[in-house]
Amino acid sequence: MQEPIIKVKDLTKRFNNLTVVDNISFSVLKATIFGFLGPNGAGKTTTIRMLTGLLIPDSGEILIDGINIKNNSIKAKMKLAVIPEMGNIYVDLTAKQNIVLAGRYYGFPRKELYKKADQILNMFELYDRKDEPVRNFSKGMKQRVNIASAIVHEPEILFLDEPTSGLDVNSQRLIKNIIKDLNRKGTTIFLTTHNIEEANQLCEEVAIINKGKIAVIDRPEVLRNTFEQTMAVEISFNIPAESEILQENNLIERIEKVGDKLKLYTSDVDKLVKYLVNFSEENKLKIISLEILKPSLEDAFIKFTEKKKL
Amino acid sequence: MKTKNLIAQFIRGVAITAEKNIRIYYAKAPVLIFGIIFPIFLFLSFYLGRKIDLYVFFPGFLAMSLFFGSSSVGPMITPWEKNAGTYERLLSFPITVNIIILGDVIAGMLYGIIINIIILTGGLIFLAYNVNAWGIILGTILASFCFSSLGVLLASPPVKSPSTIMMLSSVIRFPLLFISGIFIPIGDLTLAGKILCYISPVTYIVDIFNFSLKGTNNIAIGIDFIALILFSCLFFFLSSIFQKRNLLKGL
Repeated sequence: MQEPIIKVKDLTKRFNNLTVVDNISFSVLKATIFGFLGPNGAGKTTTIRMLTGLLIPDSGEILIDGINIKNNSIKAKMKLAVIPEMGNIYVDLTAKQNIVLAGRYYGFPRKELYKKADQILNMFELYDRKDEPVRNFSKGMKQRVNIASAIVHEPEILFLDEPTSGLDVNSQRLIKNIIKDLNRKGTTIFLTTHNIEEANQLCEEVAIINKGKIAVIDRPEVLRNTFEQTMAVEISFNIPAESEILQENNLIERIEKVGDKLKLYTSDVDKLVKYLVNFSEENKLKIISLEILKPSLEDAFIKFTEKKKL
Repeated sequence: MKTKNLIAQFIRGVAITAEKNIRIYYAKAPVLIFGIIFPIFLFLSFYLGRKIDLYVFFPGFLAMSLFFGSSSVGPMITPWEKNAGTYERLLSFPITVNIIILGDVIAGMLYGIIINIIILTGGLIFLAYNVNAWGIILGTILASFCFSSLGVLLASPPVKSPSTIMMLSSVIRFPLLFISGIFIPIGDLTLAGKILCYISPVTYIVDIFNFSLKGTNNIAIGIDFIALILFSCLFFFLSSIFQKRNLLKGL
């Protein structure tokens, strides 16, 4: 059985009178990819900063591979690496210098690091530009250097805060592959993301945090199935239909506009489809497309975060 | 972790941080302007067109250049790193805030020392001083540490823009310079002026340089060294408190 590498117990952090993280507890198993999801201001960054020793919690306990980070932050930090959202590399230095600099803080000899940096740069498809100042790099390349410098000491845990945010498709794909590869080699990944699809693709377990509290922790598949009773129908008509008219129907729990389509959530798909067909005939509309969708992780995310808002 | 490992980790952290700062910040425009160009122009504006004996004025100029040089790097680093987003990464490395501060102080200190060696060499070529080498060496090391700590202390307010800190540092550094006895000798000051003079750490290095080059001093040399040590401790201690307090502000 896998053992937890991160154990968080009753963690609380307040800023003035505002409780940003409210008595949360969870554990992350060794060599898994753990997704930490939540809307803006939910307490994700504050939690990561506490887990990585940047912030001291007001109460609670954090164990990194059995080491209490509050009492022994240097020893705990040796086991982890953090990649904050963007721009965390020295743009005046070259890609290679950034990697070597990071490795030296972990006690690696310079000579060994030069070899290691070349290997990593090769893996990140940056070897040809290793001696160029990072300031000349694109956003995606900078993020690759960012991750490359973080893994030089082969951390046991890698904290990634929105690693693919704002990147082009190719860079996103490369970074996701690198994350999967690192995980296959045994690195535990703690990932915060706004991109639910990314969490769905990568994570073995996700926690949804809202207003400082953990709303739910489970496997993405289980979370999706929690809402099996709520399905969605995605429909588009030849002319835009008024969502307000559809909303009047009791069968529809919620309506979302997705491009030129309407996504209608219901617990009775059969009845809703019949209603939509009648609705189109009565209003002389033509159905261009109609698709029945299974609940997604995004649906679970919205449900869990909305439920707390009520 | 064993004490030996902790000490090695501490020294390594300070050395790497200092080296990183040297590579990145020595060539930044504000450091060059405030650290080299400013004291030269201040010296020229004071010296040119007046009948001032360079032999008498040089120790003061040397102290001024050490003050500006050593204190010009520190104010840049933390705001620059917070602005660039590298500070958070730095904090995630297995080092403490005090290691980062000491690395910043060492980088500023070395900058001041390098500039001072160049200026001192020039002075010794053209001016016939009977040099007290120990006074110069110890004074330069202590004062550069002290002024560099002041520079790092000035970087403590939680701002994102380095220019705000450079402005603030000028507001603090210029008065300290003007009350230090460089432009008006301590002996010519009124009682109030003398009291003000002792508040400035620059006063003590001016006195040490005067003693080490010309053999004249207004304060006992032992007191000059003690004062510099106390100012160094105070600035470093305050830097540590304020930087820790404002650690994540401005990120």
